[in-house]
Amino acid sequence: MKVTVEVNGTTYSDDVEPRLLLVHYIRENCGLTGTNVGCDTSSCGACTIHLNGESVKSCTMLAVQADGQTVKTIEGLANGDQLHPMQQAFHENHALQCGYCTPGMIMASVSLLDEIPNPTETQVRLGLEGNLCRCTGYHNIVKAVLAAAEGKVGAK
Amino acid sequence: MIPVAFDYKRAGSADEAIALLTEYGEDAKLLAGGHSLLPLMKLRLAVPSVLVDVGRLTDLSYIRDAGDHLAIGAMTRHRDVEISELLASQQPLLAHTASNVGDNQVRHRGTIGGSVAHADPASDLPATLLALDATFVAKGPGGVRTIAAADFFQGFLESALAADELLTEIRVPKSPGAGWGYQKFNRRAQDWAIVGCSVIRNGTTGVALVNMGSTPLRATAVEQALAQGASAKDAAELAAEGTEPPSDLNASPDYRRHLAKVLVRRALEAAGI
Repeated sequence: MKVTVEVNGTTYSDDVEPRLLLVHYIRENCGLTGTNVGCDTSSCGACTIHLNGESVKSCTMLAVQADGQTVKTIEGLANGDQLHPMQQAFHENHALQCGYCTPGMIMASVSLLDEIPNPTETQVRLGLEGNLCRCTGYHNIVKAVLAAAEGKVGAK
Repeated sequence: MIPVAFDYKRAGSADEAIALLTEYGEDAKLLAGGHSLLPLMKLRLAVPSVLVDVGRLTDLSYIRDAGDHLAIGAMTRHRDVEISELLASQQPLLAHTASNVGDNQVRHRGTIGGSVAHADPASDLPATLLALDATFVAKGPGGVRTIAAADFFQGFLESALAADELLTEIRVPKSPGAGWGYQKFNRRAQDWAIVGCSVIRNGTTGVALVNMGSTPLRATAVEQALAQGASAKDAAELAAEGTEPPSDLNASPDYRRHLAKVLVRRALEAAGI
């Protein structure tokens, strides 16, 4: 089936099998491997992307469901060499260890701040409940999201 | 994990979806947000040969004041139920229950109709809709019919919907100012409930249980005890009566019976009983 998806501002058109998962479409057809496959059961959030501006788990969507829609992945956040404020906040707050969960964490965090611009720490922790960090580095991740919300990035 | 190959049909209207269901019969499954169905297909526990995608029927995404009740379109996403101002004032139990489904990402895709039609006894929304005595509207080739929540959930992942019927609307009463409580016990934040309990107190008290049998269940013994003046603590002791809790990795039936008593008491207390 023919699908046309706008990913990070570029329009991709491909003939795909209906059973192709969106995450595989992004990684293999679009060549954007920043989006990781973690648990592959919609638990861990490593595959989180934005569909029409909202966080979704791309391992639990078919590429055909994204036909005609707008997708943003971790590669689409930065403006050239200038990191997105959330990426900058993760960098400055050492909000990653192995880094595997990071693209999903950042995409979920950006979507969270779109919905709750000034969250409490509890709201950040609840808002990221769909993203697992197996290094268990949650403390600095929460710190980074709060720093991004407060605009405390890039000051160093 | 890759699902077994299937044909994909995108319905442009409810009528087109019903026509496709009529054409393909039992081999077809409806796809809404896909957050119950796709995980099962990836595990190859569900192997439909045709998926009829109703996820773009935006005319079935609404939350309306319909006079004597609230009407919610089947394609309304959990997120929209969670943040609805109308529900916050008229039926906060439902909005709160929706906020317990999965996580943010899941709530951005999953729909109330999909959750109801999937009829998973471990899901949050079916129990709350049962406690609320919700009515479900189904459309099929022969027209529209309504099904009471008490008659809808018929077995594990089995509902009263016929193979050629589409769930279009969920109707719930207005309960402004009513007492309510929702309790959910799980180990990981976004998991299904190991046991859950939904309580609405609006004159009489409705109590329903999550994951205490093959369908969501009314805690009838608790409701009767409350009607006869029992305290929340005493009524909650009857929470496991008439249940057949499952055994799995998370809990034995005995542990679930214990959890039901504790969670029912907490939910009743939250509802002001």
